[in-house]
Amino acid sequence: MCTTCGCGQADLTLDGRPHVHDAPRPGRRRVSLEQNLLARNDALAAANRQRLAEQGILALNLVSSPGSGKTTLLEQTIRRLQGRVAVSVIEGDQQTSQDADRIRATGAPALQINTGKGCHLDAHMVGHALEHLAPAEGSVVMIENVGNLVCPAAFDLGEAAKVVILSVTEGEDKPLKYPDMFAASRLLLLNKVDLLPHLDFDVERCLGYARRIRPDLEVLRVSARTGEGLDAWIAWIEAARPVRAKG
Amino acid sequence: MHELSLLEGLVQSLEAEARDRGFSRIRRIRLEVGRLSSVEVEALRFAFEPATEGTLAEGAELEILEVPAKGTCRDCGAEVEVEARFDFCPACGTGFVAVTGGTELRVKDLDVE
Repeated sequence: MCTTCGCGQADLTLDGRPHVHDAPRPGRRRVSLEQNLLARNDALAAANRQRLAEQGILALNLVSSPGSGKTTLLEQTIRRLQGRVAVSVIEGDQQTSQDADRIRATGAPALQINTGKGCHLDAHMVGHALEHLAPAEGSVVMIENVGNLVCPAAFDLGEAAKVVILSVTEGEDKPLKYPDMFAASRLLLLNKVDLLPHLDFDVERCLGYARRIRPDLEVLRVSARTGEGLDAWIAWIEAARPVRAKG
Repeated sequence: MHELSLLEGLVQSLEAEARDRGFSRIRRIRLEVGRLSSVEVEALRFAFEPATEGTLAEGAELEILEVPAKGTCRDCGAEVEVEARFDFCPACGTGFVAVTGGTELRVKDLDVE
């Protein structure tokens, strides 16, 4: 590649001379930046991550399609963690506070972020949400992202890990259709497995696709409705908590 | 879907650059966009005018340099170019490819006044 302009035509010559790159017009100058478009978000995410680490808080970013069962799974998760560790929840949706209301009904503090037209949460929103929620030292913060398997993949919120939730009613080819999300996630929760007897969903094929995107992806099969697999999920959360936070 | 908000964030950081580096107008922006970055080039072009309207980059030319995606085969170790994250290695035909490049999304340079 041409090192001057990155044009991929280093061999191009004009009358035997190397090709000349378009110099800035008179009166203009060129400023080299090499700045990531996500730099602002990433800097805010780094600040969130540092703040969470200082307080020994585990933050997980839960991502999925709409309707994968995230909120039901969260309700069950909170019930099972009650008395063991404090959990608070940041809810992201375009509209309504219905999800935060459902979480508050479990007794856990919840803050609803409405993104309006926005398709994802970003580090700036989560930073402010953390200020409002003020989660206790050593606690767990669950961030339920906007239901969308595309955009939230690109935005670091400062979480310890992204957890992607895929329900078996969605089709086993989701990992190939939305690879960025599966590449960005550490854990896949395959939800609604109680429905498998009624479906043609091929679990092994789905997991094969997911591991083609990310070979070290961890997988747990769960049903938020029947409770199947939730003990393993709770154990995963416990293991992911910062060492000094565990009493 | 998030191209507009990315560009709005970009304009904010360019305004800070303008103060630090002493320029007031941006006439051209060159962006490097990897094939596996999470944005759509056409959506970026479409969102550019509304995102820059009324800012120091209003009317600027947007030039996009597309960066190919590269990776290393986890089986045979070949360095290969890929189209998607789940492509099998074009060298051995069976290995999965660990992506090493092509997720870039950055401003290369600006022509300013």
